Parts: sequence; structure tokens; C-alpha cells
Amino acid sequence: MVKLAEWRGKELFRKYGMSLPRGRVVRSADEAKAVTESGEVPLPCVVKAQVLAGGRGKGGAVRFASTPAEAAEAARAILDMEFKGEKVKELLLEEKLAIGRELYVALTLDRSARLPLLMASPQGGVEIETVPDDQIVRIWVHPFAGLSGWQKRRVIKFLGLTGGPAKTMDTLLEQLWRTFHLEDGELAEINPLAIVGDRIVALDAKVIIEDDASFRHPEYADIRDDRTPLEEIAREEGIAFVQLDGNIGVIANGAGLTMATLDALQQFGGRPGVFLDLGGTDDPAKVTQAFLLMAKARPAAVFLNVFGGVTRCDTVAKGLVEAMKQVPANERFPLIARIRGNNETEGIAILREAGVISMRELEESAKAAVAAGNGGAR
Amino acid sequence: MSVLVDAETRVLVQGITGHQGTVHTVQMQKFGTQVVAGATPGKGGTTVEGVPVFDSVAEAVQKTRANATCIFVPAPYAKDAFFEAADAGIKLAVIVTEHIPFHDMLAMYHYGQLRGARIIGPNCPGIASPGKAKVGIIPNVVFHPGRVGVISRSGTLTYEIVSGIKDVGLGQSTCMGLGGDPVVGTSFVDALPYFEKDPETDILVLVGEIGGTAEEEAAEYLRHNFTKPVIAYIAGRSAPPGKRMGHAGAIIARGRGTAQSKREALESAGAQVANFPYEIPTLVKERLAAGPAR
Repeated sequence: MVKLAEWRGKELFRKYGMSLPRGRVVRSADEAKAVTESGEVPLPCVVKAQVLAGGRGKGGAVRFASTPAEAAEAARAILDMEFKGEKVKELLLEEKLAIGRELYVALTLDRSARLPLLMASPQGGVEIETVPDDQIVRIWVHPFAGLSGWQKRRVIKFLGLTGGPAKTMDTLLEQLWRTFHLEDGELAEINPLAIVGDRIVALDAKVIIEDDASFRHPEYADIRDDRTPLEEIAREEGIAFVQLDGNIGVIANGAGLTMATLDALQQFGGRPGVFLDLGGTDDPAKVTQAFLLMAKARPAAVFLNVFGGVTRCDTVAKGLVEAMKQVPANERFPLIARIRGNNETEGIAILREAGVISMRELEESAKAAVAAGNGGAR
Repeated sequence: MSVLVDAETRVLVQGITGHQGTVHTVQMQKFGTQVVAGATPGKGGTTVEGVPVFDSVAEAVQKTRANATCIFVPAPYAKDAFFEAADAGIKLAVIVTEHIPFHDMLAMYHYGQLRGARIIGPNCPGIASPGKAKVGIIPNVVFHPGRVGVISRSGTLTYEIVSGIKDVGLGQSTCMGLGGDPVVGTSFVDALPYFEKDPETDILVLVGEIGGTAEEEAAEYLRHNFTKPVIAYIAGRSAPPGKRMGHAGAIIARGRGTAQSKREALESAGAQVANFPYEIPTLVKERLAAGPAR
């Protein structure tokens, strides 16, 4: 999931011809002063933190300025902020428009219908979750047909638009659809979408690009989301890495098995920490790679739960025992390993001989991991 | 009879010359599946593990009467691979490939609807009926012929559960892994009618996970249209909201799709929901002993 900052989302909308406030991204108070003095960003203007978390307005991360000095001051204040744990590095300065009404419009995926879903509401500028259902129009768009004329007309009527704004809205909906459809959007949301005279202007942009489509979007290669260095390494190795707040590391293969493992740990009083999901593979090289990566996260104990469907369990076990030797003595941790599948008895024997707690059943393994985690809390 | 695959299934492997394709071709053969052809553009005329490789699916179908395909080709080419299979008249495609963009999958699903081609997957372990055929990558070792049907959104967790069913002396009729991606070709609701109709299935195991509302929809279907007993399990009840747990599908959003809501929906539809995967085989056994009616 590649979440785009507001200004990046707006760049994308601009690419498809959408109308946006005049604005500029800046990274310092001096820059904020310069772009307002030069008139590149007309005054009065709004200064907005380019962070991914919502609630910027209420959180003081959006301010107004009517002079270059005020713009610089607002910029300085916001750049000093840490907004919901995220350091503010970029600001978007935009002209302040005389807004009539505020609307809501978004495109996302409806998994159950297996169709893109267009949602629009006359109640913009508030969280869509708080808007009553009868104030939201929902239109399912068939990917082969695209957004049809009748669908756009229905949305426009629902929003109560006529004349100039109705015409503009028709174009905007097409632009939003094209952004979502052609740019591999998971979400393309505009809230608020403002009526400014005959114009309709996207005041905000929330765009999420699908991760799996990265191969055709090299332009986002530099966006590192909110990943820690370890998460980054895991990503490069093709391992799903998630940091939770507990102390027991979990390595498993496959999302379902990983989740079942976490559920079991929690059920028996353990607190899962980092977990690594190898995906469907039982490739011994990947198992050991994950193990070494896990060691860097300094867990109190590690519970490895792998179903070996293709590779034999003894092969996976041998790889793991070799990997354990690579962890420095002062960084070692108790390992509870459960490797199921072909040759599992041999696998268990190899692990036990190397000092690993190894059992066949999930329940007893989880309990052992919880005990080890409690014993060795850091 | 079984679900979607049987002894008459003639499998084409798209991407047979890749590592995964080759490894699993051998496994499918060992399972007893008729793997009749492979297709890799530019590799026509060669063989892999005794299986003739063709440049195009159309040629493979014409020469070998393949009627199902197992797709291993990398994500950027998977859409085209499926279109080619559907255009060649293949009616069942198991797509093992992971990381296919959902926009591609939307196009594939709807194209499949037009052509009458069912997709299982993507990012799925596939389908298998012990003693008949396997299309996909579920390990052979977990199977034993029997009368327990299994539908699951998970991969390895399914292997674990299916293997547990074997360990208690039971066997499976058909096991279908749907994959956990945001858009799947076959959902629980799509799969359930086949198991309802299948005379070889006495009881169904349904393995779900958090994210989406597929289990809630399955519960609605079970309530009105399913007569056989169902044992279910939902993975991910300890998942913190908003964390992505590996599958793109496994995201909790806005209170919907939680383990709790799925569990309640399934229970109210008459399914028995296990707390842990390892409880399932015993529950199945006990339920079968109690008699067939739900």
C-alpha cells in the first residue's frame, strides 16, 4: 500500500486534468516566505503539513496566513511538529479559495461485488464514516464499461448540482475514474471537494496506490511509507514483517498460519512482538534468512511455526541449526520450533539435539513459547 | 463425482519451465493428476518432466485436449496468461501466482465471466480431490481420500488442517484453497454450491480469516442454502486493527470483517466454530458421529 501525501495525490489528479488550487510544496519557512512574496502562491493562503495521518485540521497541522511573514511563521510552527508520530518534512502552500459548498467523492474497491465502487455525498469536509447512509450515493463501475454517462448524471443529481458546476462535475468524475483505474488506485478520495463559483476544486487528495502494481509504477520507488529499517530489509527479501508491541518473535509461513500462531500465543498469555511471514514457501534458505532477520529485532524468545509441504522438515531443521550458530552468543534467545510435514520426526530430533525446544502440537509449542518469553523478558 | 476436478481433468501448466512450475508439475503427477501439457511462449517443442511444452495455449489445447490450467507465470504477465487460456476455451484456471494487481484481477474475473471460465485464486494453493486430481500446490502428503470437504482462504494453515483430518483417520473429498487476495475468482459463496451438490462430501470445513466480508456472506448462504454440517475456523482474532497481516485481504477496516463478527455470523448460521485449528479434526469426527443432519 503506497499512501501518497496530499501533494503527490494532487499531482496525479492534475495529470488527468483536474482543477486544483494554485499551490507549491516547500520545505522551509524561508521558502514559504519566498513563494508567497513572489505571488506564486496567492495570499491569503493555507499552509498544510504533508503527513499521511488524518485529522490535520484539528491537530494544528493546517494553518492560514495573509502575509508572507505569517506564512513563514505558520511554516516554522508546523515544521517543528511531530504529527501523530510522523516528523513533518514538507508543507503544501495553497491559495485560500472562497468556498461555496463542500462535497465528498471517492473511488475504491468493493471486494464482495468485485467491482470498483464510486461513492459521493453532499456532506463533504467531515469524516465519511459519520455521514448517514442515505446521504451517500454508491455506484458500481464495471471495469470494461468505465464510468457511464447515466452513472455520472445520477451522482450529479444526488449532489444537487445544476448548470456550470454540474458540467464541471461530469468532467471531474471522469478524471477521478481515470486516476483510479489507470494509476492502480486502491483509493482515490477527495474530501472536501469544493464548489468555487462554477469551478469544482479538490481541496484535499487521499490516494493509495496498490503495492502489487509497483512493477509498473517506478515513480513511487522512493516512497518508503512508514517502514522501519528491519521492515525494509524484510521487504527486499520478500518477507512480510510486522512489528507488534510484545516480546515474542514469530516466524511462520503463510498469512493464515501466521495469524493462527499469533492467536494461540495470545490465548495462552503471550505477547507477540515482531512477526515474519515467509509466504507460502518452506524454502530452507528463506527460513534461515528470516531467522537471522528476527535475531536483529532482539526478541525475548522466538516461536517458529512452519508447515513444510514441499521441502522435508529435516532439511529445514538443519538449515535452522546452522543459522543459529551465526547469532553471536550474547544475542541468543530461546527458540521454540515447530516444523510440520514430511519427515517431521527427524526434524524434531535434529532441533532437540541442537537445544531447540521442538514439539509437534501447536498448543504445547505456544505454551512453551509464552513461558520462554516470560522468563527472558528484556 | 467431486468438486470441479476429477479423473477426467487434463491439466495444462502455464509457466511450466519456471522453477515453481516444474517442481509442482512433478508433484501433481505424483498425486496422480494427468498433466498433459505445458505452455511457455518460445519454449514450444521441448518437454518438462515428460510433459510436452507448447508456445501457445491454443496449440496445447488442440493437441492435448487440456481442460484446466494451473498458472505460475509472474504477476506482470498473469493477466495475459489467463486471457489466453480463457480464449482457448479452458473453463477452470487455478492461479498460483501471487502479487497480481487487483485491477488486473478485476479484468480477469469479469473476462472469465464472459468466457465461462472459473478462476480459483490468485495467490492460492489450488484444488485437489485425493485419488483423482490436483491442480495447484497443496502438498500431497496431507491428503487421504475421504468425505470431508474443505474450503479455505489460507494456504499453509489449510495444509495443517487437512493434514490433521488425515491424522484422525478421516479423509477429504475435495479441498479448495481460494487465496486471500482482495479480489478472488472464487469466493466461499461461489464454492459452497459445489460442496452442497457433491455426493462425496458429508461435512464441510470452512477456514476463513480476518478482512473483507466473505465469511459473513458465506454465513448468509449457509443459513438458506446449505444442508450439510459445517465446522469453521477464523484466523486473526488477535490482530490489531489497521495492521496488515501479510495478505492484502487481511486488513481490519471500520469494525467490519473482524474475527468476532465472522464468528458470530457463522455460528448464527448453524456452523460450529473452532477456537484453534487443531480442534477442527476432532470436531469433524464428533460431528460425523452425531449423524448427517444439520
